[in-house]
Amino acid sequence: MKKLVAILMLATAIVAPETAFAKDLSITAQMGPYSGRPAYLAIYVTKPDGSYDSTLWIAGQKTRFYQDLRNWFRGIAASGETIDGITGASVGSGQTLSVNVTLADALIDAGYQLHVDSAVEDGGYYPNDVVLPLSTASSGKPVSGSGYVQSLTVTM
Amino acid sequence: MLRRLHSLPALIAALVVSFMALTGAFLSLDPAIQHFAASGTQTAGVNAAELASSVAANFPGVERIVKLASGSVIAYYSDGAGQVAATIDPQTGNSLGAYAPSPVFGFMTELHRSLFLGEGGRAVAGIGAFALVILSISGGLLLVARLGGWAKVFSAARGTFTQRLHVDIGRIAIAALLLTATTGTYMSLVNFGFISDGSGALAAFPTNVDGGKPAAIADLAALRATPLGDLRELVFPFRGDPTDVFTLTTNAGQGFVDQATGTMLSFTANNFGQSVYEAFYTLHTGQGVWWLGLLLGAAALCVPVMAASGTVIWWLRRRNLPKLNRNVAARAADTVILVGSEGNSTWGYAAALHEALTQAGHRVHTSAMNGIARDYGRARQMFILTATYGDGGPPASANRFLARLAKLETPALSFAVLGFGDRSFAHYCQFAADVETALVARGWSPFQPVGTIDRQSSQTFAQWGAATAARIGTQLHLVHTPARPRTTDLTLLTRVDYGVEVQAPTTVLRFGVAESARGGLFGLLGGRRLLRFEAGDLVGILPPGSSIPRYYSLASSSRQGFLEICVRKLQGGACSEYLHALAPGSTIEAFVKPNPNFRPASGRTPVIMIGAGTGIAPLAGFIQGNTRHRPMHLYFGGRDPHSDFLYEDAMAAWLEDTRLTRLVTAFSRIVDGAYVQDRVREDAEQIRTLVARGAQIMVCGGIDMARGAREAIDEIISPLGENALTLKAKGRYLEDVY
Repeated sequence: MKKLVAILMLATAIVAPETAFAKDLSITAQMGPYSGRPAYLAIYVTKPDGSYDSTLWIAGQKTRFYQDLRNWFRGIAASGETIDGITGASVGSGQTLSVNVTLADALIDAGYQLHVDSAVEDGGYYPNDVVLPLSTASSGKPVSGSGYVQSLTVTM
Repeated sequence: MLRRLHSLPALIAALVVSFMALTGAFLSLDPAIQHFAASGTQTAGVNAAELASSVAANFPGVERIVKLASGSVIAYYSDGAGQVAATIDPQTGNSLGAYAPSPVFGFMTELHRSLFLGEGGRAVAGIGAFALVILSISGGLLLVARLGGWAKVFSAARGTFTQRLHVDIGRIAIAALLLTATTGTYMSLVNFGFISDGSGALAAFPTNVDGGKPAAIADLAALRATPLGDLRELVFPFRGDPTDVFTLTTNAGQGFVDQATGTMLSFTANNFGQSVYEAFYTLHTGQGVWWLGLLLGAAALCVPVMAASGTVIWWLRRRNLPKLNRNVAARAADTVILVGSEGNSTWGYAAALHEALTQAGHRVHTSAMNGIARDYGRARQMFILTATYGDGGPPASANRFLARLAKLETPALSFAVLGFGDRSFAHYCQFAADVETALVARGWSPFQPVGTIDRQSSQTFAQWGAATAARIGTQLHLVHTPARPRTTDLTLLTRVDYGVEVQAPTTVLRFGVAESARGGLFGLLGGRRLLRFEAGDLVGILPPGSSIPRYYSLASSSRQGFLEICVRKLQGGACSEYLHALAPGSTIEAFVKPNPNFRPASGRTPVIMIGAGTGIAPLAGFIQGNTRHRPMHLYFGGRDPHSDFLYEDAMAAWLEDTRLTRLVTAFSRIVDGAYVQDRVREDAEQIRTLVARGAQIMVCGGIDMARGAREAIDEIISPLGENALTLKAKGRYLEDVY
């Protein structure tokens, strides 16, 4: 986890040295029922102007499928970030993905949004399957997805 | 060694590989189904711009268009409620109906890839694929060795039904299986990251997007330049985002097309790794090459059959070998025992010798004579225990011994040969003597003369043990009582007697399975299995009070529902006298022993059969079973047509329905009498023609007749540059001699 924090600190442009406080986020994605192989998910943050900010987690490890996570892929390609150390297994139908990440306080309640893109091999691609504001008000409240993700819950 | 390399991974992997093969065979239907589903799709004359434009007009919410390997075109679009997909007619852009990938094939694909066990399952699948590579290669080499060289890879297989099944299916499927297994192993290695699939870390998204007003899709130059045949996927830009681009994937690579200017902003051609991956993917899945898929699927279906037949072969071989305690490795042994056995009875004696020598403190290595090692590092003495087969030839487990002896690197050893046989036959223990001669010719010295064991005598064996012990200065207590074979009760149904008038009393006995052996589960399993046989196989019969079987050739196959033999009464022959005294309804104890080396080769080539007296039995069985009417020519010899013309009526019927092409008889005790080999000589011309056409010759009868026939054939076919021996080497001259 320490490594992850370090990477996120590096990756998150807004994090300044004086940011003394960070928040632990628990993200839970409940996958809907579908037929097909385990889904690839990209969980990432966008800035208040809608542009890409940083990546929190990638479910799925074959790079040749990453471009199917369209919106995220476009953003990370422009940013030049790497995703070393923040990838895990893809998530199958009906399964639950739980990830804990640490975010700079400055990103909370500041107009930043958390996105999930989902894609399944030989199936559908859902850029912005889920979008929700990074706000304390939305903490713990499930948000429905439009694609493979049935609901997403972020708890701060 | 090769056999072990073949059978060990096979036994371990049999279940996994069979499972993979069955799921793979099922999946192989997918490309064919998709191919026929896509068969109406016309892709000619359409380019990506036209297709994208017409699809966008029909489906305003289109997100991407995919052309499957089968040629079907799929559009994914959002209809307001969610994402849906439709199959598209590329000529019009109209929907041909909703599209959903088959959940059944999706399920099977995952089962095939990972058994639904995640990475662990994928590892098992990969190991299974690799095991199949090893099996295909080692099996191929075994096949070559078994058939006698690369040139003979397509010659007829010999052996029991199971062995032939294994070999025949194997050589049909081996190329496809090797392809499937190699590509499967590659894909597994890619999955675990040992080999790159060529996909880079993260491809660059273009930064030089024009951002101006989007042009009409039909006018985008880069899309116009892409024929539909080359298209794989076209992802549309987000609606209302002029900075987004079209992502175009073609057979050649991937690029980004500016939606305002229509130019290709960047294009990354497939690299070598990607091309390799795609080729292997296609070769493994058959996606887009439906006939290859079906071919691979059909080959995969052979795998469970191979696994089952292979397991049976392995188990029978293992069951038939006696258990050797502490069998030391060849290089570590001080004493080597080599065994030449046809029906495994000699192995029992070898095991007793092995046990006694081990008890006396020796480090003993025992193996078949064919398994002779190149180097016995520390050995000081060698025992060779061997039977003799047929007319002085080597038994099955020693038929390559003399050839392999030439490659032996071990310095001269002190040795002793012990022969097993039946003194009433000519060439008694001939092969044992030949082996000694061959070893002496290599400069080895026997520490005692060749011993012989007549009719499995335990007493002689013990005496030989005592003599040997005295020579080598150890204690040897050799006790071996031949195990009584497992038998089935047979009831005599009918008997037909011949030849009494010509002093050759011969009877044709027809047996059925006795009531006592039929009932119950045991009867169903054990009884039936024991009694599956082909004409030409042997039946071992145990006369009362004897544990040593006498063998007779079978004139019937188990499909006929009875077991038939011909028995000539011999003076003082315990078993033949016993059989001649049987009345219908009496019961005997018998078992079946396969004799796969005496059978007509498969195919349509002619068969020339030469038999005299009771030697007609297996030949009659072959003719009886010749329902495919291949040409069969029979030369039959007896004494008097009125007395010992065995199967006279049956032969007339077989000639009538052409199961038998031609019958030539010779009778010796009549005016102008002749032997069967005389008739063969008279037909020299015709026989030569038949042999030139690939005919197979089968001889069955007594030793004198067999020798006469061989000489006659040698003369007849010498103009062809052949003789009985050269034909024998090709499996075209078979003898069953007694």
